Amino acid sequence: MESLLSNFLAKYNYWVYIGLVMIGMYAMIAKRNLVKKIIGMNIVQTAVILFYVSIGAKKGKTIPIIAHGHEETGHHAAQAIDYISPLPHVLMLTAIVVSVATLGVALALAIKIYRQYGTLEEDEIALRINEP
Amino acid sequence: MIWPVDLIIMVLVMICGIGAIMVRDLLGAAILFGAYSFMMCLLWAIMGAVDVAFTEASVGAGVSAVFFVAAVFRTSRRTKD
Amino acid sequence: MKTFALITVLLLGGLLFYGTPDFPDWGDPASPASLHVSPYYIEHAVEDTAVPNIVTAVLADYRGYDTMFETAVIFSAGIACLFLLRVYRRKSARTRLYRHNLTGVTLRIAKGGKLPEGSAEFERIDSVWVPYDMIIKVTSRLIVPFVQLFALYVIAHGHHSPGGGFQGGVIFGAAIILYALSNDLRRAFRRLSEKAALLASAAGVLIYVGTGLLCLLLGGNFLDYSMLAEMLHTDAIMARSHGILIVEIGVGLAVMAVMVSLYYNLSSAGRHDEGL
Repeated sequence: MESLLSNFLAKYNYWVYIGLVMIGMYAMIAKRNLVKKIIGMNIVQTAVILFYVSIGAKKGKTIPIIAHGHEETGHHAAQAIDYISPLPHVLMLTAIVVSVATLGVALALAIKIYRQYGTLEEDEIALRINEP
Repeated sequence: MIWPVDLIIMVLVMICGIGAIMVRDLLGAAILFGAYSFMMCLLWAIMGAVDVAFTEASVGAGVSAVFFVAAVFRTSRRTKD
Repeated sequence: MKTFALITVLLLGGLLFYGTPDFPDWGDPASPASLHVSPYYIEHAVEDTAVPNIVTAVLADYRGYDTMFETAVIFSAGIACLFLLRVYRRKSARTRLYRHNLTGVTLRIAKGGKLPEGSAEFERIDSVWVPYDMIIKVTSRLIVPFVQLFALYVIAHGHHSPGGGFQGGVIFGAAIILYALSNDLRRAFRRLSEKAALLASAAGVLIYVGTGLLCLLLGGNFLDYSMLAEMLHTDAIMARSHGILIVEIGVGLAVMAVMVSLYYNLSSAGRHDEGL
């Protein structure tokens, strides 16, 4: 029981990420409003980024910027164990900017649908497609 | 003693995420989404991912929220769920 | 629909929950993600590229090819938004509203007619008009230059501190969006027109690809900045540092222009006559 609890607490980042993926997925499936669906999509994106950042984290270590001084002798050989792994950060940095680009295209599609059908609700759009 | 801050921010992230999809007003949802992004940025800054946190602070909490507000302004604020 | 969604989501959550015990503990230094390639980057970034910020070094040098196509993705998102939303129509087809600055009287000009745009007494206003607010206009006019300066600092100082092309570009774009929000969209067009924004986004991608091609022409690999050493009058290591800066400027230009272009299209629903 004790080990189970400590095992549960040692991975608490992953529980948050699972919770956020579930929230976002629920919004994408169950909500009828298109903007709500787009918000859900963004929540899933940030949850995946949280997962990637968590697996690269190291407790008690410093950020991945090597200590350097103004003088030339400031540089010294870096030990990999002292720094947080930079690779997940690089991958996720570009993912965030791409997520805002996809957000722009998604909102453009929502505006286009609103211009065509006059509503953002999925069921009303389905009615208006079948109407004429 | 850094981890209680961590836990508080995680709870806030969950609350903002649930609020953003539950609230029945799209403008409110957009603003709550901006708050959610900012909390997420704090969480990443605590984890040591400073570059990711900086990008999220400028992109997620800044420009994304403006895009949502612009889209809501051009469509409608009303939502049924 | 709601119960179906709930069942699917719970199933997904259960699967993820089931897989999680195999992951390393949070903050474990021996996690597999930090054992494979990242030790090489941490130990060799400074001696290879003279860039202390490892994230910038990996982003623009070791994995430069990756970042090049990320920039291309952002550029194509801007173009896609333009094609989806932009509508071209004759400007005189809509009624226009003008405000007399001295008295506050609003004139409504019917379709086709217009007052001279450069008039000092009359100012064109949006149809969804909010009252004239001097505080917001003056405050944001004071803030915008400093935000832009900070964005340039973030791009240029990305080698030594958190920052780089993506962040700086977004902040610069946010400064222009702030100007467009506090004034009106037509005034923002006078500073950065739609055409200029699109040209700048294409130019940013072109700077990135052009740097890579230049390295190829000088006899190295694609995006191998050490080939630029002759041209920049430095040694190979500093040339890689300078190459990263050139590429970051391209990324910043593309991201800034795409953010502004997305805002123009979204806030005016593609009509580009009146915005938020």
